[in-house]
Order: sequence, then C-alpha cells, then structure tokens
Amino acid sequence: MSSNGPPGPYDQVPAAQIPKATQTTSAQSADTAGMDRRAALRVGATAAMALGSVGLALALRDRGSEKKTRALPTIKDHRAEKPAGATDMAIARGPDPAANVRKVIEALGGMGRFVRRGERVVIKPNIGWNRTPEQAANTNPDVVGEVVRLVVAAGAGKVWLTDASVNTAEQCFARSGIEKAAKAAGATVIRPDASAFREVNVSGKLLRTGDVLFPFVEADRVINIPIVKQHGLSLASMSLKNWYGVLGGQRVKLHQNIHLSIIDLAAMVKPTLTIMDATRILLANGPTGGSLADVKQMDTIAAGSDEVALDAFGATLLGLNPNDVGFIVEGMKAGLGTPQWQSLKTVELGG
Amino acid sequence: MFRWLRRAYQVVFIGFFVFLVVLTTAGFIRSYNVQWLLEFDPLVAVTTALASHSLHRALLWSLVIIVPTLVFGRFFCSWICPMGVLHHALGFLARKRRPPDRVKQNSPRRSHKIKYLVLAVILGLAAAGSVQIGLLDPIASTWRGLATSVMPALGNLAFGMYQGERHFQWGTLITLVFFGALALNFVYPRFYCRVLCPLGALLGLLSKFSLFRIRKNQEVCKSCKFCGADCQGAADPQGTVRATECMVCLNCIEGCPRGGISYRFLPPMRSSTTKIDLARRKWLGAGVAGAVAVPFMRASDGVEPRPNPSRIRPPGSLEEDAFLEKCLKCGACMKVCPTGGLQPALHEAGIEGFWSPILIPRIGYCESNCTLCGQVCPTGAIEKLTLAKKVGEMPARPPVRIGSAFFDKGRCLPWGYQTECIVCEEVCPTSPKAIYFKLETITARDGSQKTLKLPFIDLDYCTGCGTCETRCPVVDRAGVRVSAANESRTPRSSISLTGGKI
Repeated sequence: MSSNGPPGPYDQVPAAQIPKATQTTSAQSADTAGMDRRAALRVGATAAMALGSVGLALALRDRGSEKKTRALPTIKDHRAEKPAGATDMAIARGPDPAANVRKVIEALGGMGRFVRRGERVVIKPNIGWNRTPEQAANTNPDVVGEVVRLVVAAGAGKVWLTDASVNTAEQCFARSGIEKAAKAAGATVIRPDASAFREVNVSGKLLRTGDVLFPFVEADRVINIPIVKQHGLSLASMSLKNWYGVLGGQRVKLHQNIHLSIIDLAAMVKPTLTIMDATRILLANGPTGGSLADVKQMDTIAAGSDEVALDAFGATLLGLNPNDVGFIVEGMKAGLGTPQWQSLKTVELGG
Repeated sequence: MFRWLRRAYQVVFIGFFVFLVVLTTAGFIRSYNVQWLLEFDPLVAVTTALASHSLHRALLWSLVIIVPTLVFGRFFCSWICPMGVLHHALGFLARKRRPPDRVKQNSPRRSHKIKYLVLAVILGLAAAGSVQIGLLDPIASTWRGLATSVMPALGNLAFGMYQGERHFQWGTLITLVFFGALALNFVYPRFYCRVLCPLGALLGLLSKFSLFRIRKNQEVCKSCKFCGADCQGAADPQGTVRATECMVCLNCIEGCPRGGISYRFLPPMRSSTTKIDLARRKWLGAGVAGAVAVPFMRASDGVEPRPNPSRIRPPGSLEEDAFLEKCLKCGACMKVCPTGGLQPALHEAGIEGFWSPILIPRIGYCESNCTLCGQVCPTGAIEKLTLAKKVGEMPARPPVRIGSAFFDKGRCLPWGYQTECIVCEEVCPTSPKAIYFKLETITARDGSQKTLKLPFIDLDYCTGCGTCETRCPVVDRAGVRVSAANESRTPRSSISLTGGKI
C-alpha cells in the first residue's frame, strides 16, 4: 500500500514547476548514501520499537492450556521420639488449671522431651468461638498461658499460637482471653487472615489438598491444646477434631463426612504433644454452647502423644462410650492410636 | 487512484469481517479461526497483557498491526478497521458541500485529544487488573453490535432462517451504543474515531515512530487547503501534518490540484509533527483515575465474596478475577452458542462484568457435546476445551461444571403438584444421569393411591448445563434451576466434598 518513489500525482505537474530540491529527493529511494544521521536515527528508533514489541510479545506469550503444576508442600511428621520407659499419658486433677498443666508435663518427663532448644513450635488451642472462658467453647486461657510459658522455658526458638476461628477471629482471640494470655507468656499470635494460609497436600483418604495456617507448614513441633466439648454431628470435639482449625477455605464441606475428614487432618498434622483441657467441659449445645447451664466444672487436664487415647478418655468425661464415637473408631483403624487408654502407661495425679 | 485502491481494501476487509461474524455459528464454523480479526487488535493485546501479565498466544497476531503501524502510521483506521470503514462510509451524513466548509469540518480540534485520555484511563484500569475496552474498542464493539444486535434483528425478521430466533437480554442497549457511535457522524465525520477511539489513540502513539508519512511540498503549495477537505483524521495537511492523527486515507494526495502532496519514506522532520500537546499530568491523571477506579468497583461488587447465583460462566472460563483480566465483551461466544443461552450480563457479574457472557438456561442450555465458546474466545478468557475434558469420565476425571441444578419443590410438577413428569431426567445429558428418581406412593386429593417418581439431583454428576431448566414444562420460572454454585473453575465454588479440595 506504500510506495517509495513519488506517486502518480507528481506526473501531473510539469517538470519545470518542480523545484530543484524536490527533484533531488525524488531519487532518494535509490540513494541510501543520502540518508543523513537524523534519518538513520529515526529508522533505528522505529526498528528498536518494532523489535521491542515483538520481543515483549514473545516474552509475555502464554502457552494456553499447558498448566504450570507446582508441587505443593506436605506437612512433616512432628512426633518426638519416645524415651524408653516414659509415661504415655498423664491426667491431673485440681482447682488450678496452670498447676494441672505443670503436673502432667512433669509426669510425661518435662517439656524438654517434646521441644528442643531453638526449635520452632506452633501451639493450637481451640479459639473457634466468640465466647468467654466460662462458657467453655474455647480452650481455657490459663491453660494456654501455662503451655506457652513451658514451651518458652524449654528454649523454643519461635512460639506461634494460632487457630482458624469460626466466628470473627479478632473477637474470638480477644473474648476467649487467649490472645492476652499467650502474648503475656511470650507467644507470637497469628490471626487467620487470608494471607496466613498455604495450600498443602493433605493426601488423605478423602481430602487431597487444603489451605493450612502457615505455622503448621513451617514449625518443627506442634502442640495441640483442645477443650473437651459435646458436638452435634461428631458427638464430641476434643483432640482429633481440633485439627479442623488449621484449615481455611470451605471447611464447612467437611461435615459431609466428618469422621473421615477428622482422621485425614489428624494424620496430616501428627502433633508432638496434646494437652487436653477439661477444666470446664461443655455437655450440650456444642460446639458453640453459650449457656453456663451447659458447662460442667471438671478441673482436669490430660496430656500425651496418643490423641485417640486422650479422646477416648475425654469421651468418658462427656458420658460417651468411646466405641460409639466414629472418629475414635476410625482413628484406631487408621493406626493413629488406641482407645484403650488404660492399657497405656498412664499416671493419674491429684483429685 | 489511491482512493479507489483504498475503497477496494475497505470493502474487502469489512466484507471479510462480516463474513467471519456470519461464519461464527455452529452450522458453519468447523475449525475456522473466525475470531481472527479480534486477535489482530493491538488494544486487546496491550490491555490483556497489562492486566494478566501474559499474552494469549493468539494475540501475537496483533504484531501484524503493531509493527506495520510503526513503519506506515495509523493505516489501520482507514484500511482495515471495520468500524473505521463504517464511519468512513457514513461520513456523508454531516458532509458539507463546499470544500472550504469541509476543511473546517475536518480540521484539528481540542476535543480530538480526548481519545488519548480515554486510552490512558483504559490502560490504568488494565494495569489494576480490569480489562474495560469492551465499550469503546472498535473491533470488539463492532463484533458485539453485529453479533448481538444487527444479525439477530435481521435473522428474526427472516423468520430465523439463518440461526433460529435469537434474543439477547437488554440487547437494545447494545443496539443504542453501536448505532449511537455511528450516529456521531451527524456531528462531523469520524467523530468517534477522532474523539473517542482508544485503539486509534494507541495507534496514534505508535505512529510517532512512523517512517512513511504524508509530505507536503511547500514550494508548490498555494494554500488552497483542498488537501484538508476530506482528511479523515483531521490531521491538518493544510498546515503541518499531524502524524499521530493521520489515518493514511491519502485523500490529501488526490485533493491537491498541484500534486504537491506525497506519501513517502522519511520526509523531512519539519514537514510533519508528532506532538499530541497533552500535558503530562493529564496523561498521568487519567491513568491514575483508571487504576484507582478498580478498587472502588471491587468495593462495590467484589469478584469472589458474594457471587451472583446467575453468574454462570461458559464452560472453560477462567477463575473470575483472571476472567475479568481477559474478557473483551466482544460477544463472539454469545454469537456462536448453538442454543443462544450465552447472554450479555447486566448486573449479574458486577460493573466490571457488564456485557460479559453468562448462561441463562431459561433461554438456552449449555450443549453437552460442544466447546465452541472456548474455540472462538480471542483472548483465552474461555479456555479451549476438548470434548473429553468437558464431558469427563466419572469418577476418575470429573466433568467441567458451570454450576449445579436445584429443584424448586413448590414449582416442580411431581414435588409440588403430585403430577407425573420426567422431562428433566429424560433430557439430562450426563451418564449416569445426574437426575434420578425415587419412587414414592402418595395419596392423591381424591383419596386414591398412586406411585410418583420424585426427581433428585446427584451433585457429583450434575454439570450445571441447564438442559433440565431449559426444557422444564413449567413456564417462566422453571421448577428446576441452575445456579453457579459448584462450578469447577474455582474450588471456592464447590459444594461437594468429593474431589477432596477444601
């Protein structure tokens, strides 16, 4: 559509009328030597722009359906090696929750059995609900504070404390008294903002992938501090059920198969230590509660590494037969532990 | 001579364009690349690349316009652009008879700078992740106008001979915008191209580097100004030619009675100007305004938190935020959809998704063995799917789901009226069928016992295609309806635990 030489209309003008300057430039196409510096610069600039756009386009080109598959991280096994002859499970009873915590940990061989100097530890209470400690929907703040203190005293390099609340996290963390107690004891409290989650492989029987609070991906040790509660669908919420709280995303879907979901998550996390809070337990309208009439003062703390055994013990506190609780049975089948807690080396203190 | 050469090109290109739009139907399309001219559009390439940080492969075609524009100037507007051709043809609407009046009509005005501000706003929007060229980009807009306004109107007049009856929700708006843009020629010729067109502005910027330009020989010029009488771009050949405005229509060459104007390689610098004369802070202000608009639009509707149940995207659509980074609202998918169910969204997808495609199953369902919408999408907002991928094979490979069907038990004939009806199950295209029955013996009003088939939906098999809703005999609001819930493009929409993604 372009032409280098002068086009037709010039022919209409008698040659005599065409000024000299034009005559010389009309032969320009054949005369590249006549191209001055400025012209060379212009051609250069245009060529650079053209090459630049082609290069940029090629660099930005995507490959359509070829999807980038990135490998998802897998949560590591957090369990500590058990020293020969060590106690498996400890139960303490008494009016002071913090003292009960100290007693059970001492009976298990001290926090040093579970946390080495410099290790990064994440502590997972139940902070699911916008409730006060007296309403027994969240872990007791005195228990949380004492656990954090023991972990800090054991020389942990980093102590995270987190949970993916069901109600508004800011209010749950405040009203439960846990944020204050944990910070005072030296923990870094991680609220479950959207940016706090990482997608990981669950690789369970039911669940393949999920978004998990980052401390669970990064920590060396995981300490579970659940509360013992009645639950409308799974009958009870204790140690194993507490792992719902590591998940973001559409966790409400898990209730379509609650027992297997609980086991998939517990098998994913494999905690180092579980300290189960039964200072106050919720007997009805769980897991949210609300009325003090649903709460029973138990003044009990149980701890150990076998979540199935701890939950079997907790079930008896709620007046349940462990064999009727689906996730306890499934947990045993999956090899996560034994519901026969009496068969373990168990120490009972106080009371 | 040039004039006729150019007219020939214009007729060929608009003819080709209309031909491709016509070809965009299930009956004709086969594997033809009917969206080709959309892929040529540099504005499409630049905005989608800015928004999504990647360039859909097909948009490499835009280089076919970009590189020649760097060499020859804004020739696209006069030689290729279908909307440009229409505007050119309609230039007579306000055309003055006397050449001096025409020179006045076709002279530069301050308002001609507005298009650069429009471009800056659009680039700002794109940089912040929202591609909003659909309203003003001439190719997308012509595509949409032809596909969802002109052709349905003509087709329906001809008793649906071409594609069957076609209706697009509030298509009148599209008609008004399309013909409104053309009607601006009543103000002065090529008003749209000179004042509003963001693609013209982009090409104008590229033309700053053009090597071939209009050159006026001042020594033969007697200032008759005939050269400017029919200047399409109002590029001021009678004064100093503005390279950014010149649409290379070459009317000035033919207009000059003394043959003093030529189009040539590297004319002297002073014979043309590349100055746009728009203060830097105006450029910046417009760009920032565009970028800032995005968080405000998202504060209004949001992309994810509360999606509209009617935002049922075509199969293969990217996740919503990525979709909005690429969808042009050109209407190609709506044109090709064999059932006519793909419709321009109004409020359903938020302000950013205005005129983006959604399925309205009451109008037409998503044909199970069809992937045409992804085939014609010029930007990859709807991915090209293979049939095997779309249909899937349960349970190993789940199908592509665009939503899920739900029974309205008050409106469903067996549920609400104890009346036998099995239509939804009958037409359900999945295998095994997502709709199944349970037999239930009920006592009728007259006391007699009868056995009814009560329909249920299996979430794991339902693809949300909407065949059940389209065919449901309950008129207007059907007894079984699809919502976007459980669409497979994002795990956040899934209802079922099957699949194990939370």
